[in-house]
Amino acid sequence: MAFSNEQLERYSRHIILKEIGVKGQKRLSQGRVLIIGAGGLGSPAALYLAAAGVGVIGIADADTVDISNLQRQVIHTTPDVGKAKVESARETMEAINPDIKVNAYKTFVSADNILALIADYDFVIDGTDNFAAKFLINDACVIARKPFSHAGIIRFKGQLMTYVPGEGLCYRCVFKNPPPPDAVPTCRQAGVIGAMGGVIGSLQAMEAVKFIAGAGKLLTGSLLTYDALSMEFRKVKLPARRDCAVCGEHPSITKPFDYAAAVCEVL
Amino acid sequence: MKLIIAGVQKEYQDGLTVAELIKVENVETPMYVSVSLNDEFVKSGEYDETVLRDDDVVEFLYFMGGGR
Ligand SMILES: [Zn+2]
Repeated sequence: MAFSNEQLERYSRHIILKEIGVKGQKRLSQGRVLIIGAGGLGSPAALYLAAAGVGVIGIADADTVDISNLQRQVIHTTPDVGKAKVESARETMEAINPDIKVNAYKTFVSADNILALIADYDFVIDGTDNFAAKFLINDACVIARKPFSHAGIIRFKGQLMTYVPGEGLCYRCVFKNPPPPDAVPTCRQAGVIGAMGGVIGSLQAMEAVKFIAGAGKLLTGSLLTYDALSMEFRKVKLPARRDCAVCGEHPSITKPFDYAAAVCEVL
Repeated sequence: MKLIIAGVQKEYQDGLTVAELIKVENVETPMYVSVSLNDEFVKSGEYDETVLRDDDVVEFLYFMGGGR
């Protein structure tokens, strides 16, 4: 497949980068990324991946757009209120870039659908808002040997890490099990500054682009934390964990399972 | 003794345990924080008996649930 003149023009700022070039841009156009959650993190991630010309972008979310989403979920607009988030997201992405194909899945992820959903993709972005989903995505990606970006945001803080099979820890290595419902504050209870999704979701898109284009080093084996109030980023090296229940030497978790009810269902 | 907590070196009283450090540092949701000590995870049941020493490097890893 050769790029048209219009595509060469569209992606010229990528192609001029020696780490991307025509080769990297071709990889992007053949790349497939699944974004789980079309909200605070998923919105900016989806916008940048669409603009970057990632060939197939899947987006999964069962919710409809609510006016309280618009403070941070920048892929949706005021006329989208009431519309399925995945449809609203698809329209925006297709308007940005007609080169790409968007697969919209109007569903929440569960143990029943997660393996089938991620199977078609090269890289997964966790843009969910609850620990049950975050552990489910981690376990499924470890079991299916699928690279993914984990992230969380709350108040003025955010953090993320990247999992690549065989290259360092998974999310469960660090956090073992989800906290009980309401033990740890969620966005709805605690609030979140809108631009935090933009910072952290864009970093997730960055990891996906680097992975697909084969550029640079990924955020494996470390957790990158960001505190907006002190304006500090820290890359915290994570210790190894050999006895992890899902990625360890003798895993006890060999298929995805659902934890009880989500903590922060409607944001 | 000196400890390096989240990248910052500070002075603490000798003999401090991980459990006491969690209190001193006012860690939010202390029951649900992961602790790394000199590049090893401290088992959650061992915070009381893990005594910190001069120059130890501690990181607190927090659950962060939001995203949508
Ligand atoms: Zn693990």
